[in-house]
Amino acid sequence: MTAAGLHLDGVALRLGGRTLIPSLTLTVPAGEIVTLTGPSGSGKSSLLDFVCGTLAPAFEPEGRIFLNGRDIGSLPPEQRRVGILFQDDLLFPHLSVAGNLAFALPARIRGRAERRARIESALAEAGLPGFGDRDPATLSGGQRTRVALMRTLLADPQALLLDEPFSKLDPPLRARMRSFVFGHARRRALPTLLVTHDPDDAAAAGGRVISLGYAASGGNNNQVSGLTLARGREE
Amino acid sequence: MAAPLRPLTLEGPLPGSERRKQRGASPEPRWLGAAPALTLAIFLLPVLLGLAGTWGPAFGFLPALGGTRTSLQPWRELIQAPGLGKAVGLALFTGWTSTLLALFLAMGVLAAWGDSRAFAIAHRLIAPMLAVPHAALAIGLAFVIAPSGWLFRVAASLSGGDRPPDILLVNDPWGLALVLGLVLKETPFLMLMALAAMGQTRVRDSLRAARSMGYGPVTAWGKVVLPQLYPLIRLPVFAVLAYGLSVVDMALILGPTTPPTLAVLVFDWFNDPDLRMRFMAAAGAVLQLGLVVVSIAGAWAAERLIFRSTAHILANGRRGGGRAFGRAIAGLSTAALALALLSLAALGLWSVADRWRYPDPLPAAFTPDHWARSLPGLGHPTLVTVTAGLGATAAALLLALGCLEHEHRAGIRPGRGAAWLLYLPLLVPQIAFLFGLQVFLSLTRLDGTWAALIWSHLLFVLPYVFLALADPWRALDPRYARIAACLGATPGRIFLRVKLPLMLRPICFAAAIGFSVSAAQYLPTLFAGAGRLPTLTTETVGLSTGADRRVVGVYAFVQMGLPLLMFVAALAGPALAFRNRRGMHP
Repeated sequence: MTAAGLHLDGVALRLGGRTLIPSLTLTVPAGEIVTLTGPSGSGKSSLLDFVCGTLAPAFEPEGRIFLNGRDIGSLPPEQRRVGILFQDDLLFPHLSVAGNLAFALPARIRGRAERRARIESALAEAGLPGFGDRDPATLSGGQRTRVALMRTLLADPQALLLDEPFSKLDPPLRARMRSFVFGHARRRALPTLLVTHDPDDAAAAGGRVISLGYAASGGNNNQVSGLTLARGREE
Repeated sequence: MAAPLRPLTLEGPLPGSERRKQRGASPEPRWLGAAPALTLAIFLLPVLLGLAGTWGPAFGFLPALGGTRTSLQPWRELIQAPGLGKAVGLALFTGWTSTLLALFLAMGVLAAWGDSRAFAIAHRLIAPMLAVPHAALAIGLAFVIAPSGWLFRVAASLSGGDRPPDILLVNDPWGLALVLGLVLKETPFLMLMALAAMGQTRVRDSLRAARSMGYGPVTAWGKVVLPQLYPLIRLPVFAVLAYGLSVVDMALILGPTTPPTLAVLVFDWFNDPDLRMRFMAAAGAVLQLGLVVVSIAGAWAAERLIFRSTAHILANGRRGGGRAFGRAIAGLSTAALALALLSLAALGLWSVADRWRYPDPLPAAFTPDHWARSLPGLGHPTLVTVTAGLGATAAALLLALGCLEHEHRAGIRPGRGAAWLLYLPLLVPQIAFLFGLQVFLSLTRLDGTWAALIWSHLLFVLPYVFLALADPWRALDPRYARIAACLGATPGRIFLRVKLPLMLRPICFAAAIGFSVSAAQYLPTLFAGAGRLPTLTTETVGLSTGADRRVVGVYAFVQMGLPLLMFVAALAGPALAFRNRRGMHP
């Protein structure tokens, strides 16, 4: 595999003998935002955990993951260069806004002035100039989401995972944050996987929509409805 | 503040543990994987060695004192020792009575008051109450209830008596003063453990459901909460029972004298200038262990019996009012709290009292002289107390953090059997293994060294530090570590830059608890320190039986003040460090 983008090859997830995802092969090219939907418990979020290397030990995963041709499936999460955003912003409460961003900024960017300049320009890009010294707990929901995205991007990821990042925001804010996050992902040509329940999210993402479904009834573990691949609205 | 202690957890490759490797996780450094084994070795080895080193002499074997052949002679001497039967009876009476009363009071306060706003405030006072060393509380209590003490002064100044009544209230032959002291000290501990355990069960939901069916608050608590709660605080109750049956420092100050309780009797024999007495003392120490083992087994059997024979009461549908019970508990607990606070105040008052004639309720004049006279002598014991306390606490924190971080990285779930191991140093009576430990320490020429002193304190500090830290650590949102990893942080960096700062508050709190446990140790300090490393506790207890009340007041006040100071620092430190971080304040 040398292709650019994020490539999942025969990925399957089982939990306690129950098959969540039977087999998924998928290529997300640079700049496309692929939406994963499905009922709760269908393994969408676990799939993201598997891609970024933080899957709980109870799961039994299979398959390989390639990112820009690198086989990242056996790497520890910190070496995968996969960024993730959750529905909670998870800004570190003990650090300032700038401290949160500096945590993500790779150490190879040296020199105090240079690092500070990078952080300041990231804040400006997020429309939050001069917010560096602020306590994250004093920011509004939208501001926190923006800082969380900038933190993820400063770590210089090669792929982006979005785990219902807008579900806790008010509807008017949600639309603005969507275009903010998706815009950044496209501008940086990041292959992106979005997990969501919200059809508007999928529509705004503009990429393919994949439904992960499973039949939970009857106790038959093999009774899996399989994957339906649907074409989303192309840009 | 969230209650930090929970009785039922430890991790490691122990019985009941479950281990799974996380795929793609960073390899764990080998030294970290060794943390649980090292921790267990550090606190199990001395207990086992100490027991062996006590059992040897108990059966006549101690080459250093000429005992080269095993025999039953020590046991024959023990059985014939004057007052032995009574000493055993006193130990059983004081240990069981104080445990049952403390349990009753702790459960009663939670049942009657658990939901009130006053209790939410009192909750914050419980932990600092734990920091007060047993000895300081005992001395203060003696100052209050003695015939020439505060209570009788106030009574006499009202009724006009001019001589203290001629009755034995402290060191009474029944051990009632000792029971009172133990109840005051152990009730807050059991309350704190119960509160922590209640966080695990869905107590509030159950209680609300029962109340909505028309059950009175106390009845609802007794029928719904207690059966869920007791199994979770069983180990702390056993620890309280073991402590009450074998306590030495409090018994020296408050307990009966002719004969004293078994533990004090054995302690006196160990200290006898006639070294041959040590064989009989060792046999007495084994008997003390037997007393505790049998009592714990008895408590367990009683628990099963009570729960089985009262099962039908839970189902009889009686809702009860429980108001009278609530009022009685309120009165009792208020009296207990007032007595504890008076006792601590009495220490401070005596330390600055100049002339204080009976029956004046307050000293006629105050003076700093006792402090000035005592200060030169206080320096060295204070230094030893602080060094041992910080050393043992630092070691305990390192081990506990190592175990918890290993648990996280290796994906281990804590096992239940491990809780028993963690509690072992709290269940085995100190007098039953410290002499044996001293035998091994002197063989290796470690007795009287700082290492031995700190290690001996660590045995008792570690369980408390671990219990205080484990709950908040395991409750930390795991997504912080995950998102830090996805931001490119290595596990080491996540530990140092994310987990440690987020956990600063519980870490400081655990450290304060650890320090207060170390500062209160009496027997371990005597045995491991070989008399060369006196702490505030050994000095205070030593003075308490003979010296001037004013000097004792100074020592006990400092003994009490040092751990409290640590608690203040532990609360103020994180609050100050995160004064501009709203998300760090619960």
